[in-house]
Amino acid sequence: MTTRRDFLKTGLAGGALLGVAGCTRPSANGGRVMVLSALIPVMLEGALPDAGETRQKAIATTVAGVDKAISGLSLATQKEIDELFDLLVFAPTRMLAAGVWSPWPEATPEAIGKFLENWRFSRFDLLKSGYAALHDLVFGAWYARPDTWAAIGYPGPPKVE
Amino acid sequence: MHDPFRAGLASGWKHVDASGLTADQRFEADVVIVGSGAGGGVTAEILARSGLSVIIVEEGPLRTSDDFRMRESEAYPDLYQESAARKTADKAINILQGRCVGGSTTVNWTSSFRTPPATLQWWQQAHGLKGLSVEALAPWFMAMEQRLHIGQWPIPPNENNAALARGAAKLGIPVAVIRRNVKMCWNLGYCGMGCPTNAKQSMLLTTIPGALEQGATLISRLRAERFEFSGKRATILDAIALKADGLHPSGVKVALHARHFVLAGGSINSPALLLRSKAPDPAGRLAKRTFLHPVVISSALFDQPVRAYAGAPQSVYSDHFLEQFPIDGPLGFKLEAPPLHPVLFSTTLQGWGEGHARLMKNFANVQTNLALIRDGFHPDSQGGQVSLRGDGSPVLDYPLNATFWEAARRALLAMAEIQFAAGATWVTPVHERTPGYTSWAEARRGIAELALEPLICRVVSAHVMGGCAMADGPERGVVSDEGRHFQIDNLSIHDGSVFPTSIGANPQLSIYGLVARNASLLAAALTGKPRPAIL
Repeated sequence: MTTRRDFLKTGLAGGALLGVAGCTRPSANGGRVMVLSALIPVMLEGALPDAGETRQKAIATTVAGVDKAISGLSLATQKEIDELFDLLVFAPTRMLAAGVWSPWPEATPEAIGKFLENWRFSRFDLLKSGYAALHDLVFGAWYARPDTWAAIGYPGPPKVE
Repeated sequence: MHDPFRAGLASGWKHVDASGLTADQRFEADVVIVGSGAGGGVTAEILARSGLSVIIVEEGPLRTSDDFRMRESEAYPDLYQESAARKTADKAINILQGRCVGGSTTVNWTSSFRTPPATLQWWQQAHGLKGLSVEALAPWFMAMEQRLHIGQWPIPPNENNAALARGAAKLGIPVAVIRRNVKMCWNLGYCGMGCPTNAKQSMLLTTIPGALEQGATLISRLRAERFEFSGKRATILDAIALKADGLHPSGVKVALHARHFVLAGGSINSPALLLRSKAPDPAGRLAKRTFLHPVVISSALFDQPVRAYAGAPQSVYSDHFLEQFPIDGPLGFKLEAPPLHPVLFSTTLQGWGEGHARLMKNFANVQTNLALIRDGFHPDSQGGQVSLRGDGSPVLDYPLNATFWEAARRALLAMAEIQFAAGATWVTPVHERTPGYTSWAEARRGIAELALEPLICRVVSAHVMGGCAMADGPERGVVSDEGRHFQIDNLSIHDGSVFPTSIGANPQLSIYGLVARNASLLAAALTGKPRPAIL
């Protein structure tokens, strides 16, 4: 309904703020880890262990897996991924473009789920592709790990001697 | 397991890993070939056997069977362009392309088709390529089929492919068996991660060793940056060495001198190198009309295990929907099945959270069909365009228009009907907005109404073609049907970028056959001897 307001938010204000976000590079120094640590339990609900230490460990390993995957992307794509996480970390753009009002560690699963759905079905290709990048990075990092395979009935590669 | 490439290196084959170079270098040969995939490999062997000195330049790493551990976490970053996450400019199409010695042939799924006669007829009729008739190319295809052991696949298809055959048969849709370039294949299903048993007759195992046996030099981790031109000749190819990470330049520069240069970097990197070099392009044809066979995907659940990760990845296909309409009419599509592995499948599958996890839990019972949509024939199917980012790296802009989506909808319908006919209990197009369907009647209604748009309906590609099109004259293309550049006398292009349309089939054998012909003609031209017998 609020076509014009949405456009201003993401098109204009978001763009200008993204410039600021990019200058200060907020996703460095642990910002990316903070966002991923909040997103992963929501995106991997149903796949992660239910609770406790193994769950925390699985989240941390997945964060590390995403980092590793990003480091293998082309330098041009790495720059775009940096910009994506800048936008998510920098508080004003987190609120305006992602619609997440509390800092990531305090965001509820519902708020994070709403953010994912908003971006997934956004009218802006940029936000849709942001969702797609998070989707591919998180699921790619999770299912790359042999310890996730038993749960999906994948036996892993055969032995070749 | 014996690793023949490592044995060859031990016997004295010349390989330079440019990431290990510590000072600027100059290399010289009769011919410098950029790229070691289907086009570069075949060219290297034919030229080297003609007595020419050859250097093969490859941006990716040298990896051989001992390195191929069938793990997606290693194979994608190591062997693919951009970690198998190369995308079009709007991110709507994910592109799988190899980036290692052997190029895409090291990681492809071995499907081998000659260029379809309908495609060649169209090239003759609409693109003036009179020399490329079915009859004229047949001996070249035959020669490469023998060289690469391309033949009928005698083992029964895995269930993923068998379901495509079964469903199609129930509906009266003809299917056929895919020929494969394998020798003593173990039927493992991991072709996409590099063949661990050296069964796949990729360039890594055939033509590149053939060239190295003749004294050719292979330089890996070396990025071809730009040609220097003097008048109508390319004089030097400037290249930069990459660090061992394959991403960052090491700072070492390499200058490659040659009498003749052959460009075989594939349909994104070849036009990009010419753009960076500011190559003459008087007709404005360079880097235009890039084709992808854009693929839409339909996944199905079966009660019994499918195990789409095991067994020859692709063994069944149907061309029924390519033949429904005239070639320049509504876009046709080829039906195939893909191998499924956890990373490839989970990243392609829509959704997140519980919904995604529920589908993944049934991973072993998932069957998937692909529709490869034939682009480049219909007047509204002009493909995409490669341009350069600020850092000189290429990006492909490929708009998906209404003509494409019309075909995509027919393809999603056809695949769902086949999957239900094969016994599926649930079918979903790979699309963000579908709930999935439990019957063909429900799917038919649902898919008919589905909004098809970029980044909502998943589109992927493993076949990049065009961008340096062959034509009958410089006003209509970039190279002649012999692959000779129209403006630069000592430059040839020997890869899928020369195709003036898509192929309408998995393109590896189309590249092998055409390049075998053109490399033989080039060998004769450069040596002044009769055209070589290529086997």
